[in-house]
Amino acid sequence: MPRKDITSGNWAVAEAMRQINPDVVAAYPITPSTDIPMKFSEFVADGLVDTNLVTVESEHSAISACLAASVSGARVMTASSANGVALMHEIFPIAASYRAPIVFGLVNRCLGAPINIHCDHGDSMAERDSGWIHIYCEDGQEVYDTMIMAVRIAEHKEVLLPVFVCQDGFITSHCFEPVEFLDDEQVTKFIGERDPLLPLLDVDNPVAYGSLALTDYFFEIKRQQIEAMKHVETAYNDVAAEFARVTGRNYPVVDKYRTEDADYIMVIMSSAAGAAKETVDKLREQGHKVGCLRIRLFRPFPAKAIVDALKGAKGIAVCDRAASLGAPAPLFTEIKGALYDAGVHIPANTYVYGLGGRDFFPHNAEEAFMDLINKKMSTGERYLGLRE
Amino acid sequence: MSSLKGWKDLPPATTVPASTSEAVETGQWRSMRPVWDEEKCIHCLQCWIQCPDKSIKANADGKVTGIEYFYCKGCGICAAVCPKNAIEMRPEAEFIEQ
Repeated sequence: MPRKDITSGNWAVAEAMRQINPDVVAAYPITPSTDIPMKFSEFVADGLVDTNLVTVESEHSAISACLAASVSGARVMTASSANGVALMHEIFPIAASYRAPIVFGLVNRCLGAPINIHCDHGDSMAERDSGWIHIYCEDGQEVYDTMIMAVRIAEHKEVLLPVFVCQDGFITSHCFEPVEFLDDEQVTKFIGERDPLLPLLDVDNPVAYGSLALTDYFFEIKRQQIEAMKHVETAYNDVAAEFARVTGRNYPVVDKYRTEDADYIMVIMSSAAGAAKETVDKLREQGHKVGCLRIRLFRPFPAKAIVDALKGAKGIAVCDRAASLGAPAPLFTEIKGALYDAGVHIPANTYVYGLGGRDFFPHNAEEAFMDLINKKMSTGERYLGLRE
Repeated sequence: MSSLKGWKDLPPATTVPASTSEAVETGQWRSMRPVWDEEKCIHCLQCWIQCPDKSIKANADGKVTGIEYFYCKGCGICAAVCPKNAIEMRPEAEFIEQ
């Protein structure tokens, strides 16, 4: 009988970290970080893990320490949120370039100003070109499971890239819900030992990381990272299939909810998919052929899986919990690009919702679906839950 | 001259196998190229002494034999210290292979 407990998204990440037992965790232990390092530090204090917990003076130092430990050969994890993530920004592209397989519990909260501690995806969307893998989770169970899978994906020999495991701040991170845990031994067996490629501590095979590379080699090194990203989806699918065999829980790169025969599909990410799916059920009962496509893997962007799911639809509503000020919202831009490349022309509405933690209710989802059903389509921006 | 590798042949993760700067082609940085005129050279070795890299080639007899463009960054110190104007700095663009 698997262990099941009532837990928060934050604690689910901390519990996964306890079971993963990483060599090094470096974290800055207060707002704007998360409950994750706080809970994990209890495990360290109680002697439940062997981790070297490095308490640093800032988020920038936290990710810097993580990077140094990772290229030394350690298995490394950390967590942060919002402005803490923003302070780490300088080091993110370096970590990706050094091919450091850091697993990062990212709790999505908006970037100030104004000061706000609630959810939107502005913090991680600002990092979408930093070279990290981005996985967005709907609930606490998925967050827990994804942390364990992420270790394998990050450390995959054809990948070797850091991973953001994203969950919605407060909505997922602080709400308590049932989560089913693996046994410690199952986790240990599933993740195995890290076998680092070129660890700095291997003094018999010395290498230098991060040398100067100007007009001569910088371009080629970026091309190598692009190539690594191309291997992610295969590695992801292999790891997810193995995880499904162990747990029975299956996590494809996109979560298709009643999309097979759907005329109208809402594309959305993370916890808001709950309200979207509930609305799908309601509208289906009323005879409307609607569905929900939740994007789980955002970097690399699984264009083919998305086009396959959308190509039969008559209209789509792309919902972004982030705005790209002065340009279309980030998910919408990607979806449009994927459809264009595939030669698929579907009328698409773009909606920005939920900024600063504004709730996304089923009636918000219904409003967007009714636009599609009533053929109220246009290319301009639309908002859900905004006061005019 | 160039021995630059393509992305498939580069070591991964920005790493460089343990080596010294001997293997680093700093000549890629050069925008001005020193051209040595053997006829004018009196082998005083001022250029060899002043070169901040190891770009002036000299033999065991103390004679200048040429310039090592693999390392030479084109700083022009050799040309500046030469008492016989035996080294001329010329734009690298003149030497681009078509």
